[in-house]
Amino acid sequence: MIEMTGIRKAYQTGKITFEALRGVDISIKENEYIAIVGPSGSGKSTLMNLMGCLDKPTGGEFYLDTERVETLSPNQLADIRNRKVGFVFQAFNLLPYATAYENVELPLLYAGLSGKERKARVTELLNRVGLGDKMANKPTEMSGGEMQRVAIARALANKPKLILADEPTGNLDTKSGRAIVEIFNDLWKDGHTIVIITHDMHIAKRCQRIIRLKDGLLDTGNEEEEQEQSLKVA
Amino acid sequence: MKPSILFNVFAQDFKKQRKRMVLTLMAILWGTMSIMLLLAYGEGMKDQFSKNLNGLGEGIVILWGGQTSVPFQGYGKGRRIHLHPEDVDYLKGRMPELEIVAAEYIRWGAEIKYKDKLISERINGVYPEYKEIRNFIPEMGGRMINELDMQSRRRVAFLGNEVKNRLFGYDTPDENIIGETIQINSTPYTVIGIMQPKIQMSSYQGSDEDVIAIPATTFHAILGDPYLDNIIFKPAEGFTFEDIESRLFSVMGSKYKFDPNDDQTLHTWDIMEERKVTMDIFQVIQYFLGFVGGLTLIIAAVGVANIMYVSIKERTREIGIKMAIGARRIYILMQFIVEALGITFLGGTLGICSAYLLTELFKMVPIESEVLNFMGRPTVSLEIGITVTVILGILGFFAGLFPAMKAASVNPNEALRYE
Repeated sequence: MIEMTGIRKAYQTGKITFEALRGVDISIKENEYIAIVGPSGSGKSTLMNLMGCLDKPTGGEFYLDTERVETLSPNQLADIRNRKVGFVFQAFNLLPYATAYENVELPLLYAGLSGKERKARVTELLNRVGLGDKMANKPTEMSGGEMQRVAIARALANKPKLILADEPTGNLDTKSGRAIVEIFNDLWKDGHTIVIITHDMHIAKRCQRIIRLKDGLLDTGNEEEEQEQSLKVA
Repeated sequence: MKPSILFNVFAQDFKKQRKRMVLTLMAILWGTMSIMLLLAYGEGMKDQFSKNLNGLGEGIVILWGGQTSVPFQGYGKGRRIHLHPEDVDYLKGRMPELEIVAAEYIRWGAEIKYKDKLISERINGVYPEYKEIRNFIPEMGGRMINELDMQSRRRVAFLGNEVKNRLFGYDTPDENIIGETIQINSTPYTVIGIMQPKIQMSSYQGSDEDVIAIPATTFHAILGDPYLDNIIFKPAEGFTFEDIESRLFSVMGSKYKFDPNDDQTLHTWDIMEERKVTMDIFQVIQYFLGFVGGLTLIIAAVGVANIMYVSIKERTREIGIKMAIGARRIYILMQFIVEALGITFLGGTLGICSAYLLTELFKMVPIESEVLNFMGRPTVSLEIGITVTVILGILGFFAGLFPAMKAASVNPNEALRYE
């Protein structure tokens, strides 16, 4: 599903160039459940942004579903983000003025679904995450856990194969966090490919595979040691 | 984008930036009102001038005799061409392109006497058609000269409203004057009508309010003038004077034996042509007024663009979220253009309504003055409404376009990290 070879990503701030990724090779198959771990500044979020086509690498080759991402136009990237990728962010990133229903409906609007199709899909998704009774609530009228469930419903709107979650439990209490992780487990069992960035090794351990990053490179050092380091950071 | 979401975004922006938004709306309102009132003022003035130009007559041509400037068929140059009463029927018979043909005698300094009042005035021998083509409209209770007056050479007089005032006094009601006998050069005439006051912006023999009109046949019989002073005609529907000018010279030339190409033999004044030139001048004035009003509106549009830039900066994260879930750049672009158009049209609609109300209120104010009679009252027309709406649309579009282009060009990754 994802084939990354020698991926580099550099950011330019004035005259200073900072290289967040310095040659990363990653291969992810369909229906894998992956955790990306590593200390702050190791390039985890940069890697997720590249996987989600929010940004393009400055070097290397990136294939998503056989498509060479670097060569795609902004509109093609937008279409990929709309149909193939679902994002779940630590800060939820819901539109504050829109209701839960409207937030979930937005990707469907961009995908050009009819009103009837959108209504059926949004209702199904919000019921699935247990928010069937809160469709008309705005984010300010919901708890953190509920907001994250809306975000997951939104991520699933156009039935993407790939779900990318950046610290999805980072802003939640333990109970809500556990509930969210359960949802991801269910999604994986339903056939989705899940990539979670996390500092929480308890979450990482539930994944099939852990990808470790350090200083913009894949960390192939002692696994136990890395786990301990990650736990300390978390 | 769902309209309800667009409305919610707009409402949220409005709450956040209430003062700025209200000031921008006020600027658009003010700008729209300025352009509307300026154009309405121009339109009112144009309408009034158009009406005033009609005072002399609508679509008429006045014809005077001239002098030959080239020899023709044995006749030398410098021969006077006089117009005769029979020319009216001659032209009617030979030129079906003319809808109405009438003629006129003029005599200055006639002695007019009513009881012991004696004044010196101009009298005109006219045709009944003057009612239609020269707007000799009688006040209620009176009438204009008719065919019977012409055939019987009746001694009847139709008075210009100012002559009536001079002869009978300002306070004498018209109904007391109709049927009275006045003396013109010691010959008694019965007053049959008083002319309705009219605004007349141009003339070839003085203002019509000063005229004493009698039937042309009576004039000819009593005063004995052998020649007409002028012939007035109106081209038929679908013809302009330009279309028929050469034929007129040819028809008259064959009667009076002059070269049809000799433009000194007949002199003409085409009111339509003059009207066209005047209306063209007013169109230019309208453009100028529109331009001045447009400048005010442009300043307001800069305000809209400014508020949109601020709004976009504050909503960078929102743009990032939308891009992350698949919004193409065009959707972001359209969202902000629609918002800018929304602000512009909201302010614009308030401005158009305010300008319309003001002009309608002004029409209700019962002021009668020479200035208003001349300049007219501001008038909002559909044309102005459409013009202003189009201008608002263009300005709103550009006020939104540049900020929207900035919004659509953000990197979704950076936008998501914007605090």
